[in-house]
Amino acid sequence: MDAIILQVLNGLDKGSAYALIALGLTLIFGTLGVVNFAHGALFMLGAFCAVTLNELLRFSTETVDPSRTDFLGNPLKVKTPYVENWFGPDIGGAMIEWSVPLAIIFSIPVMIAVGIAMERGLIKFFYKRPHADQILVTFGLAIVLQEIIKYFFGANPIPTPAPDAFIGSFDFGALVGMQAGSIIYPYWRLVYFAFAALIIGGGFLFLQYTTFGMVVRAGMADRETVGLLGINIDKRFTIMFALAACVAGLAGVMYAPINSPNYHMGMDFLVLSFVVVVVGGMGSLPGAVAAGFLLGILESFASMSQVVNLLPGINQIIIYLVAIIILLIRPRGLLGRKGVMEG
Amino acid sequence: MLGLNKRDTLLFAIVIAITLLAPIILNPFPVASDLAQFNAGYPDLMQRFVIFGIFAIGFNILFGLTGYLSFGHAAFLGVGSYAGVWMMKLLTMNVVPAIIVSVIFAGLFSLLVGFISLRRSGIYFSILTLAFAQMSFSLAYSVLTPITNGETGLQLSLNDPRILGVSQTADGSIPMTNFFGIAMRDGFELSMGGWLFTFNAGYYLCAAILLIAFYVSIRIFRSPFGVMLKAVKSNQQRMLYTGLNPRPYTLAAFVISGMYAGLAGGLMVAMDPLAGAERMQWTASGEVVLMTILGGTGTLIGPILGSGVIKYFENIFSKINDNILHDWFAFLPDGLEDFVVAIVYPFVGKGWHLTLGIVFMLVVIFLPGGIVEGGQRIAGLFKRKPPEDKNKTAAASAPSAAE
Amino acid sequence: MIKRPISRRGLIKTAGVVGAGLAAPHLFIRSANAYFNEPKGGTVTLGFNVPQSGPYADEGADELRAYELAVEHLNGGGDGGMLNTFSSKALKGNGILGKKVEFVTGDTQTKSDAARASAKSMIEKDGAIMITGGSSSGVAVAVQSLCQEAGVIFMAGLTHSNDTTGKDKKANGFRHFFNGYMSAAALAPVLKNAYGTDRKAYHLTADYTWGWTQQESIAAATEAMGWETVNNVLTPLAATDFSAYITPVLQSDADVLVLNHYGGNMVNSLTNAVQFGLRDRMVNGKNFEIIVPLYSRLMAKGAGENVKGIFGSTNWHWSLEDEGSVAFVQSFGKKYGFPPSQAAHTCYVQTLLYADAVERGGSFNPCSVVEALEGFEFDGLGNGPTLYRAEDHQCFKDVLVVKGKENPTSEFDLLEIVEVTPAAQVTYPPDHPMFAGGDLGTCNPGA
Repeated sequence: MDAIILQVLNGLDKGSAYALIALGLTLIFGTLGVVNFAHGALFMLGAFCAVTLNELLRFSTETVDPSRTDFLGNPLKVKTPYVENWFGPDIGGAMIEWSVPLAIIFSIPVMIAVGIAMERGLIKFFYKRPHADQILVTFGLAIVLQEIIKYFFGANPIPTPAPDAFIGSFDFGALVGMQAGSIIYPYWRLVYFAFAALIIGGGFLFLQYTTFGMVVRAGMADRETVGLLGINIDKRFTIMFALAACVAGLAGVMYAPINSPNYHMGMDFLVLSFVVVVVGGMGSLPGAVAAGFLLGILESFASMSQVVNLLPGINQIIIYLVAIIILLIRPRGLLGRKGVMEG
Repeated sequence: MLGLNKRDTLLFAIVIAITLLAPIILNPFPVASDLAQFNAGYPDLMQRFVIFGIFAIGFNILFGLTGYLSFGHAAFLGVGSYAGVWMMKLLTMNVVPAIIVSVIFAGLFSLLVGFISLRRSGIYFSILTLAFAQMSFSLAYSVLTPITNGETGLQLSLNDPRILGVSQTADGSIPMTNFFGIAMRDGFELSMGGWLFTFNAGYYLCAAILLIAFYVSIRIFRSPFGVMLKAVKSNQQRMLYTGLNPRPYTLAAFVISGMYAGLAGGLMVAMDPLAGAERMQWTASGEVVLMTILGGTGTLIGPILGSGVIKYFENIFSKINDNILHDWFAFLPDGLEDFVVAIVYPFVGKGWHLTLGIVFMLVVIFLPGGIVEGGQRIAGLFKRKPPEDKNKTAAASAPSAAE
Repeated sequence: MIKRPISRRGLIKTAGVVGAGLAAPHLFIRSANAYFNEPKGGTVTLGFNVPQSGPYADEGADELRAYELAVEHLNGGGDGGMLNTFSSKALKGNGILGKKVEFVTGDTQTKSDAARASAKSMIEKDGAIMITGGSSSGVAVAVQSLCQEAGVIFMAGLTHSNDTTGKDKKANGFRHFFNGYMSAAALAPVLKNAYGTDRKAYHLTADYTWGWTQQESIAAATEAMGWETVNNVLTPLAATDFSAYITPVLQSDADVLVLNHYGGNMVNSLTNAVQFGLRDRMVNGKNFEIIVPLYSRLMAKGAGENVKGIFGSTNWHWSLEDEGSVAFVQSFGKKYGFPPSQAAHTCYVQTLLYADAVERGGSFNPCSVVEALEGFEFDGLGNGPTLYRAEDHQCFKDVLVVKGKENPTSEFDLLEIVEVTPAAQVTYPPDHPMFAGGDLGTCNPGA
């Protein structure tokens, strides 16, 4: 029982990341009709916003400490971050420690700017081009973005820890009166899940209850008619793209403490999030979210050794297997509409 | 000639000439010159050009004609490779049975995958093929290790049974792959003036097969069957209304392109008897998609050009290191030399991915029809009349309309 | 314009031109040479095949730095590094057999196929007489068999699987790096001292051949001292989030977690394990412990604070105090500004060993090199007295047991050496079952 609850938690956690990426991806599909292979790279850029802020805050002065030596036998250079000089070790240290939450604020304008630049500078020229061209150009962009990151940050993962307050685990077992320590879950992963729920919920409310959201939904349903009504749908689509980029970026920022970011983490998520989008149904926002959590949970269950002993290798292929089965049973994915992306 | 029209005959003749003379054409720079770094005329890379050319030609039969974008073709190449190596392990080092078995196994596997995947179209089809390929890769890397030798890749060993042939040669090494006695790595070198050209038996076997594959592809493009496939691409609904069932046609195209992939896989192990699981990964499937689009989707020659460009980057650009750059720019004053090297270095050597990404973007932004369109535009500059084929290409690369 | 180094073919060509006049074509069959890629003229070309793209690019970059340093030292440049401490004095700093050492580089991408392609390109196009490098066992085995078929020498870089010198060993291939069995043999006594003999171990293992061989070795060694292996779970290579594999550990009664992961997998699985509070757990009245049998300092950096206090093994570490290591760290550190990694060390040493073997054997012929290296005993290259065993071409030398350092003084100071396990303790018979099933074959000069 405990094991099952834990795997559900794992699945929800994994599903949060899938759902957040897939949400932006399917939004871009639905509104702009663009297959964006660079979406994983936006997730990666978000994570590197956290890394960058962390490194900026750690920017240090060097003082020579003659009493100690470095590996070559020269006097050791001791580094003191500027923020610690400016604000004192307490506040400065706290700023460095809290760099990931701070990076949320830092990343929003950055990701919106990246999103607008991408849409205005590149994507808008590809609205009417075949999907194959869109794939090629966005794939090229994804490679360029990740190579740029690799050039500056190297190929190795970079540790970006959460604040100390979030290190450690929450004891569910004790909460519901079970044996203490039987169901524990790390605080930061719970934060991630809550954060994802917040963003997803906020996104739905925004699309459902604002005029802007209404116009975007109308544009998804029938772009031409909306244009005929005299609404400047292009401008809204630009904003939509920027928001999707922002969601992917925030998903990346918050993911940084879970696994140390590296330059190819975007590609690792890209294929999976495509599968999630398609299983959910192209252009369907609830579908993407549902599929994200479903696949996350199934993946976690398939990793249990009882399951793997029964079906060797199932943990390696479960997502793809489920995708095949769902697409064969439901031709347009879980919640897909007829006629989207079937050319 | 050979049942081809005049235009196609000319194209075919050009391809024949280029493939046969490739060892010379690809080595345009004298060995001792600075530019020798850019020579591509060594056996391994020439073989790769040709093999991936076959792979892309086959992919184009599916994607270029029917518009079905498969993201799992690398799986067929992988299955072909494994079948080929097993043939060499069990039967003989002659490459002919290995290649035949590769094609058969890839054909059977693609029949299975195609039968299921073709129940859906558009992006749903792409994801289904991707899912099959990723499952094949993951299993080959782990659970299926007894068959595939996992991470290391399936390779020959000194105690293979090999019914028609010897387990090991007299001097205790693994026998070499051969074509009725001609070892694939045999060949001769021709030194002329400052140039050195390598003529390799393996390359010429691949080249001969490429020519056959290319010829078959022209015939398919021009046949009634090919027209039917183009009909699938342009409007499946209308086809259904006229009483034609597109499924058998698309499935046939899928299996044919799967067999091309298997052929490529078989040739790969015939040249170098090792089959690694990575050649089934989605990135490998993506690579052939990129080759086709880069060269020009739906054109005959495009896929070959696209595969050439990508393999050239992978093998030539990745080898330019900073020492070589310093050699090249040594004529500049010191400070300037360092500056130029610092500018160029991120784009070559370990940065070859970056250059490739930029090339993808530039080509698709400015040449929607791929390299072939670039060639046509250049040709158009010299001709008053635009080439007659232009409309055809434009139609082929037109957006596949949503339903 | 500066003159580019003349390659083997360049010289053949020049000879052809001089001999036959400008226009006369000169035709020859490869096998006219005494052995494949025989260097002619004043230079010899070595091929450095390292990952330059993909997740191990940084490790590859460090290997390449070491190679460039080795070439510099072989050609008499710099401070000579380990040439001064090496027990064999055959190398004079005038290149190899008087020929200046040149090198070409290739990108393995950490994929068997790509690694073979770049190795072939260096052999066929650039005339490389020896290929070296790499940072995974899959690549090492694939390239090793290629070199065997082509008839050049392969000096393995970082490869830790038992198979490289076990069932996939080849006459033309040599490994200086240690392996899974040695890690286990060195770790077991240290673990026994630190954690006692009554422990229940839970293994998470990367699901490919290297992971399996290491897991097998560690399980065997720990079981021999009384530990129980509770479970062994295989994790997909592509896994990035290990939470689904860590939570079952909480449910089991295991009190030790062994992470048979490397590189990015190791960083993520260790980070996740610490996130789930495994290190603060008490099970069976004992403190829960985590072990990472194969450490890489470059990668350990990615796990940040999480490595503190965690045991593992490593081939070499820059804080070693012996003469050879100090000389190497000095010349590497002066040139690049930071200490070398274990990958850099093994690559540097392999290059020197190859050059020395050529020098002692008096020929670049692979068979002469094989003969010179087989059973070769040397010292002064770090790791104490070392033997290149003739039966399987594996080096036997001291193995370091290390622990994540609690109070690092710099960003490089992540590991502290707990014990230097003497070579005798990690030596195994050539027919040990974990290494069985392979056959060296005979050396292949390629002609």
